Amino acid sequence: MIEDPYLGKYMTCISARSTDKEILQKAQDGGIATTLMTFALEQGIIDGTIVAVEGDRPWEPKPFVAMSREDILKARGTKYSISPQISWLKEATRSFGLDKVGVTGVCCQMQAVRKAQLYPINMRDVPGKVALTVGLFCMENFPYKSMQTIVEDHANQNLSSVKKMEIGKGKFWVYTERGNVSTLPLKATHKYEQPGCHVCLDYVSNLADISTGSVGSPDGWSTVFIRTKKGNEVWSKAVAAGMFETKPIEDVKPGLELVMKLSKEKIDKNRKTVEERKTFGVNKALRDPYA
Amino acid sequence: MELLNSIKKTMGGESKPPQVATEKKVEATKETKPVANKIKLGHVHMSGCTGCLVSVADNYLGFIKILDDYADLVYSLTLADVRHIPEMDVALVEGSVCIQDHESVEDIKETRKKAKVVVALGSCASYGNITRFCRGGQHNQPQHESFLPIGDLIDVDVYIPGCPPSPELIRNVTVMAYLLLQGNEEQKALAGRYLKPLMDLAKRSTTGCFCDLMNDVINQGLCIGCGTCAASCPVRAITHEFGKPQGQRDLCIKCGSCYGACPRSFFNFDVIPEFEAISEMIAGVLK
Repeated sequence: MIEDPYLGKYMTCISARSTDKEILQKAQDGGIATTLMTFALEQGIIDGTIVAVEGDRPWEPKPFVAMSREDILKARGTKYSISPQISWLKEATRSFGLDKVGVTGVCCQMQAVRKAQLYPINMRDVPGKVALTVGLFCMENFPYKSMQTIVEDHANQNLSSVKKMEIGKGKFWVYTERGNVSTLPLKATHKYEQPGCHVCLDYVSNLADISTGSVGSPDGWSTVFIRTKKGNEVWSKAVAAGMFETKPIEDVKPGLELVMKLSKEKIDKNRKTVEERKTFGVNKALRDPYA
Repeated sequence: MELLNSIKKTMGGESKPPQVATEKKVEATKETKPVANKIKLGHVHMSGCTGCLVSVADNYLGFIKILDDYADLVYSLTLADVRHIPEMDVALVEGSVCIQDHESVEDIKETRKKAKVVVALGSCASYGNITRFCRGGQHNQPQHESFLPIGDLIDVDVYIPGCPPSPELIRNVTVMAYLLLQGNEEQKALAGRYLKPLMDLAKRSTTGCFCDLMNDVINQGLCIGCGTCAASCPVRAITHEFGKPQGQRDLCIKCGSCYGACPRSFFNFDVIPEFEAISEMIAGVLK
């Protein structure tokens, strides 16, 4: 078990991608989250999972309890806006009647799940029914109107013609269905970030069973951390069943070094924000959830 | 893992609790105190609905295990015929206090006097909850109109918010209280860390509401739109509009659950990241 102040606790880290061609067609990166959840469903490790599908407006994510491969696949692709994943966590164990719930989401949503497991406050049955969590790396998120402004004004694209969005190499990338690509410098997007993200001290979903993200691995591949016993069990089974191609993270560029660098940047910057809140007013502080 | 191992060691491993040896002796000698070092647990019923006690019981065999090995239930009008409030290590108090009911006011004061640790069990005891809406005028005590959470009359050590409170949280608090009072130094330290946020909630306030999310999370620039508040609300008063909580405040029964469950109310990095070891430890001691 490795315990890293910036990357969290983990057993192993690898670069991987799914061997399922159908999943890869629309996956954001290596199709790790989708493949893990479909595999877990087929194996009976979970009997349903909370995912983010497209909501009422173009590129607006909506949390959804998926109970079939088909529905899980609908959630492929990153939507750079807020999807309140955890709002379905208790209901998944109620009207959906699930015994083994899967949860996908970003770092703060993994934190919410773990808090609900250790300190269940009006969350009866939840602690024992969370079966698998897959957490995504997350630098920051945007309210829907922010994302709309970024795509429609800064990138000058119609939201409903967009095929994929991506943050990478210092830019916000917008790909359209008809093959056009627009970029804008990430600097221009900073003012649109969700303010609550500025006190977040987690980049690579430290509290998930398995966490995955694009940074560190080549295009079409994902960087994957195997963290818990449960995560290790599921990952080993999936690899043995031929669900993934894997490479040691040491053998890929830019590798763990870049993940570490970005994680350190995020955490150091946000830790400073948490500190500054203590003297935000005159003899008055803003609240610190970590105190 | 080290944490888990050391705790297993001192709790006597997964399968063989340290009490086993004592239990054998019990059968032979019929001692009145069959298991050493149990803590004294009481359930005090103020103006509550007994749903909190049902939540205690809904730990099923886990509750029986706790009563076998870790705690004696010395007082509970629903379950036993001890008439007057005795000395307790931990008092689980449910319900709020009607200040026009003399007996009730005496009961809560007596509870504080007799208990080492007072736990406000559930949202009525913690925040008033539905009794916040009481205003008297009903037969046959129309003057019974004012109800206060117990923290407005006595000092409360620990909150277990929720309407209903989750059985698992009650179980965790009971196990941790045992470790705090009977454990070794390391166990005491863990229990102290675990209970701290629930003690902080007790210091923070005796009011709970959807508004907590506005005042202390969104207004404070802390909301990340994770949706936890909506899941925890027992009356579905919370939805999310563009990723942020929207409260129907006329539906809200003022139980304070949403703020408690929110990962941006308290998030203690010295406990929650240990979720795997702590969950295994709790499962282990209840096996």
